Amino acid sequence: MSLVVKVDAAWPGFRLRIDFAAEHGMTGVFGRSGAGKTSLLDVVAGIRKPLQAFVKLNGYVLTDTAGGIFVPVRRRRIGYVSQNLSLFPHLSVRRNLLYGSSDGEGGEPFSLAHVTKLLEIAPLIEREITHLSGGELQRVALARVLLSRPRLLLLDEPLANLDAGLKAKIIPFLRGIRDEFGIPTLYVSHDPMEMVALCQNVLVIERGEGWQLRTPEEMFEQRTETVYRLRGDL
Amino acid sequence: MIRPDEWQVLRLTVVLAALSNLLILAPGLALAWVLARGDWRGKSVVETIVTLPLAMPPVATGLILLKLLGRRGMIGKFLHEIVHFDIAFTWRAVVIAMAVMSFPLLVRTCRTAFAQVDPRLEQIARTLGASDPRVFFTITLPLARRGVVAGSLLAFARALGEFGATIMVAGNIPGRTSTLPLAIYHLVQLGQDAQAYRMMLISILITFAAVWFGEKLVPRGKEAGP
Repeated sequence: MSLVVKVDAAWPGFRLRIDFAAEHGMTGVFGRSGAGKTSLLDVVAGIRKPLQAFVKLNGYVLTDTAGGIFVPVRRRRIGYVSQNLSLFPHLSVRRNLLYGSSDGEGGEPFSLAHVTKLLEIAPLIEREITHLSGGELQRVALARVLLSRPRLLLLDEPLANLDAGLKAKIIPFLRGIRDEFGIPTLYVSHDPMEMVALCQNVLVIERGEGWQLRTPEEMFEQRTETVYRLRGDL
Repeated sequence: MIRPDEWQVLRLTVVLAALSNLLILAPGLALAWVLARGDWRGKSVVETIVTLPLAMPPVATGLILLKLLGRRGMIGKFLHEIVHFDIAFTWRAVVIAMAVMSFPLLVRTCRTAFAQVDPRLEQIARTLGASDPRVFFTITLPLARRGVVAGSLLAFARALGEFGATIMVAGNIPGRTSTLPLAIYHLVQLGQDAQAYRMMLISILITFAAVWFGEKLVPRGKEAGP
């Protein structure tokens, strides 16, 4: 896989200039809140359409403002778990899970049976979304996106709303998804520890500008000060 | 209890109000959605025009309708001469007067309801492969259903009580265009106060029933269903 993203976008009071390529596995997108991480994911997913952008996934151009190409959101097959999860509150767990996959009978590993077993949510499937705990909601959102058989995964702060204990429980699920499904993933977080735990390389975004690191450890080796500044600790 | 002549007026009013409700439902929902989600040139002008019938004297709206739909009006003349079809001073004029007068209430209530649905849910539905109609019917409309039902009922109640525009464009023809409010006015004019009070009670009862039924239909505070 290869993902190429070039963005030069301006919204009122904010400019996003990013040029990066991701090869495989999980690529961390790191920066403090307001840096432009979610805007970047929205551009990749096609939810935001900036004046200048270029997005290419596995050789297919999805957005090319110069060439007048814009593949609609629903045809991109980009799975997006947004920060608030965006589970549909009026639908059952089952109907949420099957929303992006009409029958859940996709070939392995994308079947309903397999995904719900992997994420340990099989017993929840007949429940209502409104009756689930935070960790359960998180796993249902991950399962729903996997069942839509995406070509690229966008995970926006998937652990941000969980306490430390739950984070430690969800991380193995994220590793499992990464290793078993092999779907290239952009993993947004403002926590360097999550980057180290999950990502092969990292795109750091600061005030709308990005630069790439080869490994997450580089955040500590060379840019300790930047890391703490970006987290807002300094 | 209810006498046959009263029953006849009641039935005519409810049937015509229901017809007007059906007539405006689809265009009302579509316009409400476009106003809630779209960002386009001229939106504020359209919003103002939609709201006009709420603020204008109903009689003035009725006069405009009469000028359009009467036998010498722009639309009415065409229909009368080409297809021998009359609107003014028939039950159809009552339905149109009710529709025009209740349209703003439907659109405004539904627009607010649609605006309260988190756009993120709609965007994420699209990333899961849903087309725009599917997003509307499986996400937006179900989540906004309380407001949509409320808007429909408000519009229905407004249609039941329509007087000014109706009397201009449809007149007060017993058995054909004489709805509850027109009948009440007519009875008071004739000095038959007792009968007017009975009609008034009936209109209070059906309005109460409509609103109460609506509250039952969509229980407050239970947005998440199966």
